[in-house]
Amino acid sequence: MSEDIYREIILDHYRNPRNKGSLPNADISIHDSNPLCGDEIDIHLKVEEDMIKDIKFEGRGCAISQASASMLTEQVLNKPLNTVKDIAKEDILENIGLMNLGPARIKCALLSLKVLKLGMVKYYADRDPGSAKKIQDESKLY
Amino acid sequence: MQKGALNVHRIRKDFPILSRKIKDKPLIYFDNAATTQKPMSVIDAIRDYYMNYNSNIHRAVHQMAEEATHAYEATRQKVARFINSHSTDEIIFTRNATEAINIVSHAWGEDNIHKDDRIVITELEHHSNIVPWQILCNQTRASLDYIEVDHGGYLNMDRCEKILQNKNTKLISISEVSNVLGTIVPIRKIIEMAHGQDIPVLVDAAQSVPHMPVDVQTTDCDFMVFSAHKMLGPTGVGILYVKREILEKLQPFISGGDMIKEVHKYETVYNDLPYKFEAGTPNIADVIGFGAAIDYLNRLGMDKIRDHEIELTKYAMDAMKDIRGMTLYGPLDAKNKGGVISFNLGDIHPHDLATILNDHGIAIRSGHHCAQVLMEKFDLSAMSRASFYIYNTPEEVDKFINALNDAKRLFGI
Repeated sequence: MSEDIYREIILDHYRNPRNKGSLPNADISIHDSNPLCGDEIDIHLKVEEDMIKDIKFEGRGCAISQASASMLTEQVLNKPLNTVKDIAKEDILENIGLMNLGPARIKCALLSLKVLKLGMVKYYADRDPGSAKKIQDESKLY
Repeated sequence: MQKGALNVHRIRKDFPILSRKIKDKPLIYFDNAATTQKPMSVIDAIRDYYMNYNSNIHRAVHQMAEEATHAYEATRQKVARFINSHSTDEIIFTRNATEAINIVSHAWGEDNIHKDDRIVITELEHHSNIVPWQILCNQTRASLDYIEVDHGGYLNMDRCEKILQNKNTKLISISEVSNVLGTIVPIRKIIEMAHGQDIPVLVDAAQSVPHMPVDVQTTDCDFMVFSAHKMLGPTGVGILYVKREILEKLQPFISGGDMIKEVHKYETVYNDLPYKFEAGTPNIADVIGFGAAIDYLNRLGMDKIRDHEIELTKYAMDAMKDIRGMTLYGPLDAKNKGGVISFNLGDIHPHDLATILNDHGIAIRSGHHCAQVLMEKFDLSAMSRASFYIYNTPEEVDKFINALNDAKRLFGI
């Protein structure tokens, strides 16, 4: 039921997104959209010694896409960048408390993770093309 | 019920799908601009073909092949009568309206559009009436021009007139009814102006033929396209109507079997119209099913269908206007639009709204509706859309309004 999907935590992150905005000195900025529904997410990362020192996201779209982006930024801030590769779709769904999203809406929930992983791969590709390939292979890009 | 109006209660019994439940609630199907449901007679016609006379058409002389050919060609006659074309020769079966536009952009476009020519479309168009022309323009180094739409959803007719005066304009391709805003475009007037400059006009009638009387001789369009599945028929069948004088000069786009009269080692004599444009085994079963759909619509009467949709659209818009935070897009007078209402409710994203309505058993469309050019115009990434057909009722609209209010409550607006 709607009440199950649109629980307080999702509406809270939708209404009051954490880490939303631009990041002028970002080391990496990545954009992607969901062609089906037009959700858009940009993620900006500041990385120091492989730690995510700052993260901001910009975007527009449905509550699920924006809330999951907000939660994801909280989850990875001050964590090693290379751990991003281990985040699985189940982790995101568990975060937002929606393990049974249908095939259409699951793309909304996972868009920000996709963008973050693309950003991580791009970051390594720019610095160490050799290791980027390995990380990309290891990265669980659903 | 109004005298002479559709007997919706009886109509609903012909659609088995309408008795199914979604989330334990009776299905309310408001996504008819995407595709309509199918009456039993259409399902039966397809089943009957496969069970009793399944054969390939046009070639074999055995009895079943004759029966299949007869049924397939009978649909062509029904289509010709339905849109009042001069003859069945002008009716070409395609896969859908999109394929029909692509046949024109390739078969006609590549011979008739040259460098510096202009193709004119409108900001209302569905992607299917934008992308083929972009590709053609890129190939031929022609340019694409848009007739703008104002914020009320109407075309800028002054601009239209100006564009038509341009001697480089070689084709106008235009929707008769917008799939998003529902705007009914004054195509007769536009065609008249275009023909004054010898410019041919393609009408994308995907959202008009299913919902209102359409007459190709009165409008005098040169090309018209529409899809069977938006008018009770099965998916996989589209119609391309081409005025005979243009069709006769047209080279085939897809070639192979069935479109030929004689094939020799190095040359081929093409088949007569319209078979020249239907290569390979067509979608026989679904064309036959489409025939049953046209029969069904004819029994109801297109005038009555139009009246029913005007009434329901007005009823729904009146109720929606009263909801605080509601934004309606497009013409606000039901008489000036098809049975399509696009809207946004507060800051609830259309996908969230569609998910909430789905829990009420209500199917609406949400997203950019394959019309991103129009979305950009309104500076939106998405809208919600409810669209009606013959089996929808005011009681369903009431439940829809309740569900909208429920969404407001949930999102705290």
